[in-house]
Amino acid sequence: MKKVGVFLVLALLIIGVLGVQAQTEPVELRIAWYDDGNEGAVLRDLLDRFEADNADIRVVIDTVPYTSILEQLPLQVEAGEAPDMARVSAGERYRGFYLDLRPYLTDPAYWEESFPAAALQWLRGADEDGTEIHGFPNQFTVTGPYINRTLFEQAGVDVPSDNSDEVTWEQWTEAAAEVAEATETYAVAIDRSGHRFAGPAFTQGATYFDEEGNITIDTPGFRTMAQMLIDWHTNELTPAEVWLGSGGTYAPGAPFFVSGELAFYMSGSWQIGNFATNIGDAFDWEAVPNPTGPGGSTGMPGGTAFVAFAQTEHPEEVARVMEYLASVDVYREFVERTLFIPGHQNLGEIDYQTDLPAAEQSLQVFASEALKLSDQAYELQYGSNAFAVNNPVRDRLTQAIIGELSLDDAILRIQEDIDAALAAAAAS
Amino acid sequence: MTSTSPPTESKLDKRTDSSLGGLFKPIGGLFAALYRGIINVVDFVMHPLQDRLGVRGMAYVFVLPNLLIFGIFIVFPMLLNFYYAFTGGTRLFPQDRPFVGTENLETLFTCGNFFDPNTCRTDIFWRAVMNTGGYVVAQVIFLILLSLLSALSLNRKVVGRGFFRSAFFYPVLLSPVVVALIWKWILQQDGLLNGLIVALGGERVGFLLNAQWAQVWAVVISVWAQMGFYTLILLAGLQAIPAELYEAASIDGANLWQSFRRITLPLLMPTMFVVIVLSLIRAVQVFDQVFAFTGGGPGTATTYMVQFIYETGFSNQTNQYGLAAAASLVMAFFLLLLTAIQLRLGRRSDVT
Repeated sequence: MKKVGVFLVLALLIIGVLGVQAQTEPVELRIAWYDDGNEGAVLRDLLDRFEADNADIRVVIDTVPYTSILEQLPLQVEAGEAPDMARVSAGERYRGFYLDLRPYLTDPAYWEESFPAAALQWLRGADEDGTEIHGFPNQFTVTGPYINRTLFEQAGVDVPSDNSDEVTWEQWTEAAAEVAEATETYAVAIDRSGHRFAGPAFTQGATYFDEEGNITIDTPGFRTMAQMLIDWHTNELTPAEVWLGSGGTYAPGAPFFVSGELAFYMSGSWQIGNFATNIGDAFDWEAVPNPTGPGGSTGMPGGTAFVAFAQTEHPEEVARVMEYLASVDVYREFVERTLFIPGHQNLGEIDYQTDLPAAEQSLQVFASEALKLSDQAYELQYGSNAFAVNNPVRDRLTQAIIGELSLDDAILRIQEDIDAALAAAAAS
Repeated sequence: MTSTSPPTESKLDKRTDSSLGGLFKPIGGLFAALYRGIINVVDFVMHPLQDRLGVRGMAYVFVLPNLLIFGIFIVFPMLLNFYYAFTGGTRLFPQDRPFVGTENLETLFTCGNFFDPNTCRTDIFWRAVMNTGGYVVAQVIFLILLSLLSALSLNRKVVGRGFFRSAFFYPVLLSPVVVALIWKWILQQDGLLNGLIVALGGERVGFLLNAQWAQVWAVVISVWAQMGFYTLILLAGLQAIPAELYEAASIDGANLWQSFRRITLPLLMPTMFVVIVLSLIRAVQVFDQVFAFTGGGPGTATTYMVQFIYETGFSNQTNQYGLAAAASLVMAFFLLLLTAIQLRLGRRSDVT
């Protein structure tokens, strides 16, 4: 009898300990994340502080390559294996799978006041009366070029934008080619991306969308820019590795710029942190305004959103993490340390944490560029049919560069690919 | 000749007295008990089953686990793939996908001229088909020839034969992605080979940026990586040929070429047939190594059928699972056709 009593006491003790353990075990939330620069480290730091104040939540950041976010996350989400939260650049791809945070937020009005309506709508989809809140833009980006001023000086070539506010793509190419010849470097490069190509194409007068949102690619402006890209390759002005050496995926030209081998590099504001870290003051670099052309002067808007997925088992905890990261002080610190252009409208004065004049100057340039973006550029980023455009442009132009297709055929194929993608999406 | 004498009594005493020996005894007992336990459990389940199904019926019970694995991971996905090939849209789950009949197959086969991909609706697919065809022919021919040559060399009594056999086989042990990365470091613009060319006063060559070069290197690295495996199979085939035949041929005055043509080649044909079947199937399925090596570029120069299927289904901005599944059906048909032709030829060569 005594033995049975001891056994019972022990059993109760074990159950009690396990029960207490189960109660105190924090809820684990996972974020699918990718890094352009130091933002993952900054996020971790901010979340460590959150966890210290919220012992019941533990947040794990799963850092993956950007291509995984583009290619694998959509599949993962559709298959029912979504992470709790993610950083995404193609917010429209996950419509229908997002968590509506509104019921869990302490102050939904704060979100509507703090973030642009278009950014919140981007995640909702076509229903313009929707009031759901699925996440927030944690970074706003603008595409635009950088120059290596040191190379221009070494070559004795004037930087065209020093003397004129309106420099064309042709003038930049000519000047950069002179620099490249004198310094035995590359003149010009643009990331292998349909999104990056779009700004220059719009500048040259291309229009992708008519008033109803229908897409027509074949315009004189598009042809001008496409031919220029082909000519850069033919004349060996650009490192061929970027567009020809990467198969069918996105490829940045940044490594050539960072290593000082490139005079003029068309990319975007998200590179500032990368350049501040990896170039620093090793040579003089800076952002310059987007070139001008028949279509005006525009880059492309873009950015990433921090979103929550409906498949989460812990919506309340997810909402607490999102509220923390979206709060003014935390958001401001995030952008100050990552050198991001914020997607938050009410941050007040931002004191970017860099002493590097090049980084400060570049941030100012991109802030100005954000005010010049064209309607076509916004439609391509946020329009409901825009998802079908960028990859065919990228892949078919590559075929034209390598000589598999003529430019005429490439343009024809881009249009066919876009139409096929839209038809497939419509069938769903 | 040495013989091992039985252990003397003193040695036996030492052995039984040692602490290790004492340890083994209970461990052995434990294992025996465990074994008996497992057998009893198995018997507890199997005995009534055998009573019910009979001895012949038990055969099905034993193959059931394997059949289940085969069914779940091979047959079910194949059937699902077949179904997907006749559905459209971009949704993942079958119940969300509209049935479109043969539309996907028609899309693939809408071509003005099958030898000119530019006239085809899905030009990339036909480029991939032609690239795969070229790759298969070049890769299999070089692979078989070089494997045969190396097997013949390694079958001779050469100095360091063991070392060379290991050296030839070593690349087979490497992961395809590792092979791709090694060769990428060698062949890229700032790679080892271009460094050497520049050091010797030459100009850098775009080995991975020129379509023809990229296609050539895709074949070269796959031959390098796989040759050891086929060399080994052919070597085994060569060693199975009786030495007496060569001795007799030599007595009859046959030279090396005649011995090779009249003895080695005919007797090696069954092995060669296996090698050809295996290498052909593997070549048609080419993907991972080249995908890591060139990404399918430049342009679509090294895009092969499996890559087309993967990208159409999983990595484009709109995932067209139906079209990808239809393309995989076409590829399966090609593979079946190839295998059937080879089986027929194989049977004929067996008869002759």
